[in-house]
Amino acid sequence: MPPTPTPTPTPSAATAAAVAGDPATHGGPAALELRGLHKRFGQKAAVADLSLRVPVGSFYGLVGPNGAGKTTTLSMATGLLVPDAGQALVHGVDVWHDPVTAKGMLGNLADGVKLFDRLTGEQLVTYNGLLFGLGHAEIARRTADLLALMDMTDAAGTMVVDYSAGMTKKIALACALVHAPRLLVLDEPFESVDPVSAANIQDILKSYVAGGGTVIVSSHSMDLVQRMCDHVAIVAAGRLLVAGTVDDVRAGQSLQDRFVELVGGRRHTEGPGWLRHS
Amino acid sequence: MVATLLRLRFRVLGNQLARSPWQLVGFIFGAMYGLVVLVGIVVGLVLLGFGELPLAAGVVVVAGSLVTLGWALVPLIAFGVDTTLDPERLVVFPMSLSRMMVALTLAGVCGIPGMITSIAALATIATWAHWPAAIIAWLVSTPLAVLTAVVASRAVASAASGWGGGRRFRELSGILVFIPLILAGPIIVGVASGFAVNADTLAAVVPVLGWTPLGAAWAVPASAAAGDLPSAGAKLLIALATLAMLWLLWRASLGRSLVRPRQTSGGAARAGSIGSFGRVPTGAAGAIFVRALTYWVRDPRYLRQLVGVPLVPVLLWFYARDGDPMVALTFSGPIIAMVIGIVVWADISYDGTAFGMELITGATGRADRIGRILAAAAVALPLVLLAVVLPVAVSGEWEQFPGILGMSIGVLFTCYGVCAVTSAQVVIPVAAAGDNPFKRVPGTTFLQGMAFLGVWLVALVLSAPAVIVGVIGYFTQNPTLSWISCALGFVLGSAVLVSGILVGGSLLDRSGPVLLARLTAMRNA
Repeated sequence: MPPTPTPTPTPSAATAAAVAGDPATHGGPAALELRGLHKRFGQKAAVADLSLRVPVGSFYGLVGPNGAGKTTTLSMATGLLVPDAGQALVHGVDVWHDPVTAKGMLGNLADGVKLFDRLTGEQLVTYNGLLFGLGHAEIARRTADLLALMDMTDAAGTMVVDYSAGMTKKIALACALVHAPRLLVLDEPFESVDPVSAANIQDILKSYVAGGGTVIVSSHSMDLVQRMCDHVAIVAAGRLLVAGTVDDVRAGQSLQDRFVELVGGRRHTEGPGWLRHS
Repeated sequence: MVATLLRLRFRVLGNQLARSPWQLVGFIFGAMYGLVVLVGIVVGLVLLGFGELPLAAGVVVVAGSLVTLGWALVPLIAFGVDTTLDPERLVVFPMSLSRMMVALTLAGVCGIPGMITSIAALATIATWAHWPAAIIAWLVSTPLAVLTAVVASRAVASAASGWGGGRRFRELSGILVFIPLILAGPIIVGVASGFAVNADTLAAVVPVLGWTPLGAAWAVPASAAAGDLPSAGAKLLIALATLAMLWLLWRASLGRSLVRPRQTSGGAARAGSIGSFGRVPTGAAGAIFVRALTYWVRDPRYLRQLVGVPLVPVLLWFYARDGDPMVALTFSGPIIAMVIGIVVWADISYDGTAFGMELITGATGRADRIGRILAAAAVALPLVLLAVVLPVAVSGEWEQFPGILGMSIGVLFTCYGVCAVTSAQVVIPVAAAGDNPFKRVPGTTFLQGMAFLGVWLVALVLSAPAVIVGVIGYFTQNPTLSWISCALGFVLGSAVLVSGILVGGSLLDRSGPVLLARLTAMRNA
């Protein structure tokens, strides 16, 4: 397929629209429901009329090219960024009307938000536990569990400012988990995390979903999304292109190929001649 | 490769200036100021040539030594200000160590400070032109002097980046450097009067300075002019040896730092030891309190403010030393309360985007205000109380104590109350915790400076009743007024504090996401 600068309605996009309509017709409660979210930054519409329904107990992948509006969408969904229009409901509670209740059910690993890095890893997780009002004994137990889970017990007493990128990601994830949220929103959770820790974390997330929790994860790794998620939404240029179960969305192709087909911009070239040594 | 690096350096400067016309204007003013200084130096050197040789020698050697010393000390203060040609960034290019050092040295000479130093050093010919022997010595020693200064600067920078695990050392020096800055007035006066009294000391220092690595290169023409050729030769040898030593030292530390990048691991606590995090009541206010308190004692930006506190009485004593220092010292309490109380106005700005971590949890604005103010007060109250009690204990004027206490508490609480409201509305660009305190923070505007002044003024006006009554009571020696000031300070201060927490808390509930969006937009946060 030749690269298309602007995606024109091809037959595949038509089926995409059909699939996109699909989850709205599903019954059952939604862990997260976005209704017509809009956000502009200056002249650029970062997110335009984005609606999405994340069923309870799903492992939902949110994928899209760089600058597609993934982080903006998740920020608006979790009460970090005021939308220009639209609603975000967490288990039926409007994030922007009753933030305290909604945020109590949310665990959030936000991208582009620093940590309080002058605390040690253990203090940081404890701090988050205290913010949610957990008891001291409970916080201590959960912190120890989480640090062991992340393979970070040795680094518990080191200041977060001295952590590597992967360790910082892991401690942020521990902070998002400490209050046992019903909905986990993870923005790029596996970026710069080593493969062993990533596999451990994925196991935790799978059992969390099996236990009735809901996970939304944004990622650039199609393999990871295809392997882990049961639902997926593809966004580009601030719009939802397609959403539904992974099998429906990829329609027999690999998710990677389907993504490229929908988003466009792929070039088939071997690269410049001087870069080849043989 | 060397030429490429030099071009890169000027390209970066050009791009920076092209980014904003105001920066260009600032640069032009800076350049004009530099030119004026340079012209002054040259004129001074020309005039010096008509004077006596010992005077000319003394001035050139002392000034030259100070310049060299300045070059060597600047990297300790100005780390991370200009990282355009940081060796760590050059390490990916195929370039030998020697070549990199030559390139960095030349880049240093061709920078603005390097050019000013070079021109001033070359201009010493105006002085030495009167003595033929000195002209020949000048030809050799001038490049030596400039190179020594630049290489010393690079060697110190390289060595400093390898010391003490990097971060801790940088942050400590960033805190301590403020002590001489705050005390600049007394230090300058002290040094000046010290030298004025001891002109003889100066005369004794100059000959010795010429034999030290700092001044040797600058002193070669002076010795030659005096006709003392053996001494000139010996000083030339010292200067050459100095440059060679510095070069080798730099080479060694640069070689080490390139293969073993900056280590950042500091000391670590045992798992399970979380300090006061295990003792605060659980809930948002407790969590924010203990987090903020940790920052007051660990974040260099807060520590810098605390370092200034004990210096307030020193400054008061210094400026009142001819009058009655005890009176000035008695007022340390209220002044320290003002200085340290206003710090919380930038609390959320200091958090940067980490404020989002708090926002995620849905902590209420009121809990946030209470936690932050309690933490600030836990640090400030003991300091303020100490500053109130100590002078009174020394002077024994206990009947004045209530008024001074009332003023201090009134000022502190009012500052907290006012900042509780304004910091829920305004965030400003600040340096990151590990940044150099002198680094220009992008996005700072005139309006924010005015906002800060406004906050200060409002706090002053609101705490004025206690302060005015207290000051009148103190100078009229009236115990009744002193007690009234005490009551006013506590009552009005608490009223402003409580309403600040209530109003600021509900404001923050609404403005939290807006503040985070602004912090995210500031690149530095």
